[in-house]
Amino acid sequence: MSDTLSIKRISASPSALIPLESLRSGGPVYSKLVDISKCIGCKGCEVACKEWNDLKVEQTSNFGSMQSHQDLSSNTWLLMRFNEVEDGDDLHWLIKKDACLHCEEPGCLFACPAPGAIVQYQNGIVDFNQENCIGCQYCVSGCPFDIPRFDKQTKTVAKCNMCIDRVEAGLEPACVKTCPTNAIEWGIKDDMLAQAEKKVETLRKRGYDHAAVYNPGGVGGTHMMYVVPHGDRLNDYSLPAHPVASPGPLRGLNVFQRIGSYLFGAGVISALAHFLAVGPESPEDHA
Amino acid sequence: MSISRRTFLKTSVAGAMGVSALGLDLKPAYAAVRQLKIRNAREYKTVCPYCAVGCGTIAYVHGTGGLNTTNTVIHVEGDPDSPINGGTLCPKGASQMQLAISPRLRKSPMYREPGASEWREVDWDFAMDWFARKFKETRDATFIQQDNEGRTVNRCNGIAWVGSATVANEDAYLITKTMRAMGLTYIDHQARI
Repeated sequence: MSDTLSIKRISASPSALIPLESLRSGGPVYSKLVDISKCIGCKGCEVACKEWNDLKVEQTSNFGSMQSHQDLSSNTWLLMRFNEVEDGDDLHWLIKKDACLHCEEPGCLFACPAPGAIVQYQNGIVDFNQENCIGCQYCVSGCPFDIPRFDKQTKTVAKCNMCIDRVEAGLEPACVKTCPTNAIEWGIKDDMLAQAEKKVETLRKRGYDHAAVYNPGGVGGTHMMYVVPHGDRLNDYSLPAHPVASPGPLRGLNVFQRIGSYLFGAGVISALAHFLAVGPESPEDHA
Repeated sequence: MSISRRTFLKTSVAGAMGVSALGLDLKPAYAAVRQLKIRNAREYKTVCPYCAVGCGTIAYVHGTGGLNTTNTVIHVEGDPDSPINGGTLCPKGASQMQLAISPRLRKSPMYREPGASEWREVDWDFAMDWFARKFKETRDATFIQQDNEGRTVNRCNGIAWVGSATVANEDAYLITKTMRAMGLTYIDHQARI
């Protein structure tokens, strides 16, 4: 018997737009909280991610940065990005844990035309089911954070699934558990938000006037939030300032679907009315 | 009431069309997720072998330990009960399973002769003989019985010994005693470097 979780949205289905109501009371909604000011860039989370998810090893090369891989890939779901930004004589060394943010309104799911390839669970996690994926890569263009990556061998797209197998079993994601500096935390989203506010307050007291919580409203909030010490430098962290997940094309599709349904219903009703008013056709009519 | 095959088919098709026209999703609102890969693994509490911090870890093992079974480690992660690390691990510690299962792991000593450019695999007998001979040669050459002022010191300044963070307390005790007996004074530990 495999483990199950209640679903909120399924790609390419009406629930993509109108979230499914759970029979049960939903249960906890989780969130990761990444405090960038606490991160020492050890990449323990990267390794833990690879180990837990059995992701294949990739050959890396030194390209003049602390960063291990050039970019995310279908086998690297988590990448510590080290951005070096010069500011006059000052150098800002900005570290960012780059992985899926698990949006409340996921652009990838809205864009996906394959039923069941992308699923959002009631606990907030957005998961890709490779067996339903058709490899069209619409999710790649639908994602405002540029996270999903196409795998040329399997012809499917992959990304961080927030260790959903662990979460389902009551364990925290691998990256959270391994973080030695407590920079990644895990818990109920409300608790994490409260925690984040406190952290921001502390940072502001210490002179980081632009410290901010990154939980963008354009995607309905995310289930991986950041505490950003330099909130005015989101671009330098390669965090989009105003990400938007637009269900636009899907909404259009839904309108067409609805028109089709109404037309079909009208056809059935008029056929019935015709049958009642005029009655069935008999061979004599054509005589 | 008897239903003919034709009526049954007609009704099913009409029913299915009606349901899909109403936009109802007949799929259950649950989905399977990947099974927890450590769900039936045996847990062994152990200690990370790398640095001197000594983080507590849990090794998850497949295999019953029966007579005909070779166990295999499938996953290692931090032990939340450990007061040292509270379940966390650094990148090296997080990958420690590779120390047990990696095919690249060296299982015999490597030796590069003076002047040679390549390392070659040697057996333990060779390595131990080589080491003992070099140790004795160096000790004989550098052993000092008396210092400049004529005091008896019986020390060997030509050799230094670096202990390892991965040895246990008892090993460390033995190493220290043995090396002191040899007259070494430069005895240090990897964790201090």
